[in-house]
Amino acid sequence: MKKVAFIIGLLMTAGAVSAQTAPAVIPVVDTGDTAWMIVATALVLLMTIPGLALFYGGLVRRKNVLNVLMQCIIITAVISIEWMVCGYSLSFGSSHGVLAPFIGGFDWAFLNGIHIGDLSPYFISHSQPTADGGTIGTIPHIIFILFQCMFAVITPALIIGAFSERIKFKGFLVFTILWSLFIYNPIAHWVWSSDGWLFKLGALDFAGGTVVHINAGIAAIVTALMLGKRRDYQGHAIPPHNIPHVFIGAALLWFGWFGFNAGSGLAADGLAANAFLVTHIAAATAALTWALLDWFHGGKPTIVGICTGAVAGLVAITPAAGFVDLTGALIIGVAVSVICFLMVAFVKPKLGYDDALDAFGVHGIGGILGAILTGVLATPIVQSAYSGAAYGNWHQLGVQAIAVATTLAYSGVGTFLLFKLTDKLVGVRADVAEEAIGLDESQHGETAYTAFD
Amino acid sequence: MKRIEAIIRKSKFEEVKKALYEVDIDWFSYWDITGLGKSTEEQVVRGQVFQSNYIQRRMLSIVVRDVNVEKTVNAIMNTARTGDPGDGKIFVCDVEQSYRIRTGETGPEALYNKE
Repeated sequence: MKKVAFIIGLLMTAGAVSAQTAPAVIPVVDTGDTAWMIVATALVLLMTIPGLALFYGGLVRRKNVLNVLMQCIIITAVISIEWMVCGYSLSFGSSHGVLAPFIGGFDWAFLNGIHIGDLSPYFISHSQPTADGGTIGTIPHIIFILFQCMFAVITPALIIGAFSERIKFKGFLVFTILWSLFIYNPIAHWVWSSDGWLFKLGALDFAGGTVVHINAGIAAIVTALMLGKRRDYQGHAIPPHNIPHVFIGAALLWFGWFGFNAGSGLAADGLAANAFLVTHIAAATAALTWALLDWFHGGKPTIVGICTGAVAGLVAITPAAGFVDLTGALIIGVAVSVICFLMVAFVKPKLGYDDALDAFGVHGIGGILGAILTGVLATPIVQSAYSGAAYGNWHQLGVQAIAVATTLAYSGVGTFLLFKLTDKLVGVRADVAEEAIGLDESQHGETAYTAFD
Repeated sequence: MKRIEAIIRKSKFEEVKKALYEVDIDWFSYWDITGLGKSTEEQVVRGQVFQSNYIQRRMLSIVVRDVNVEKTVNAIMNTARTGDPGDGKIFVCDVEQSYRIRTGETGPEALYNKE
């Protein structure tokens, strides 16, 4: 996404541009695009609160559900502020010299110099010429900042699934802030900023497969390993405490994902429609595939299973949503459920690590698969400038592999160092009594389902 | 007066309830309980099939007059049985006193309606 491909962008969308006010010397806001992006932004917020919060909250035991809800909502609060203070500037701003491909500067700290009337410098399919001969987007800059803010919020929230039920709240909070600053912001800059080195290399990540899901997924496995298993972990999943919550959460994620993916074209156009289509069908295919695997392997199709499958499908289609067609969506949907099912049902118990809610198994593995399959299935039918190995462009597959590998390496090592640092500063592991009584009571002094009227 | 506590399979609850009504036991309390021991039942979570030792059962609690103990126990015994391990248990214990709050009646009289 955020292809500031000035020339390609213009070529691709000559039709769309001419549909706007023809002699547009002064660029204007496109009200259709803007209206859709405001809604899309709100939809992405819905994914974290309450979508992910309920999805994860239902999967933990009832003594830890409030802790998960609290983690989700405080991330929303803290990272939204961080984003305005410096996160947006570090991710999408510019810096000078040798650091330019790796991190933005502080020019836009506190949204300095950004005004109500400014248009987004980032665009994909809709753009317009400026008076001085440049090209600019069709939505207010502020909406782009907010849309990206919601992505910055949900990414650290995804990691929660790995260290649930055993992390100290203070440690969690310190780690999350450090991680957003030093891991999320640089990787967002690499992939989406016009200065970013992976962007320049041509890595395709329409809505955040690399930046959001692989990034959070690898951080998840690293923190799960460093924190150790829950003290009563028996080597298999602990049954969820509220499966209807899991269902509502998954349904809200599915719904919100239309903003996430169909909004990532930053316009209300055919590309958004295609992203909507493939997102929906990949989720449907993956949900059905997981249910069938469940049925075949465990004897019965489970609600937790079909919800997990839907989320896995949504994860995998994320980087591909602006590049693949219906066929691609069907292939990705089947593939991701098969791979993630194997990971969660067999590999995890075999290896014995405690990724409590399968943040790595679903988001990490699903994200990697999606990024790689984007390099295979990207079709010029959707965006003529991009194609994958299945259409003869093997180079794209190599670029995708580089993006995956460098993200895994940087985020993996960075997470290790930051988690270590957090442990030294404030401690990360809940003590025996805190963990046994549950994090709701030990960290927040509240219980979800009280014994009182 | 005796209190009869029975742990039964959830799947047998409706049959037991009907059998109790048939022998004129028309009121009892119940709640869902979890047993924890060395026996296990198969459970599947996210594709992982494993043996869980948390066993879900239902407990019935019925306070009856001495004359009714046998038919109550028999009603439960005959309907809750499948023959497989895990059918449950029945406990009978003495009740020292009982009171009906509305009328102040005490003893066995508090347990049934005379009219």
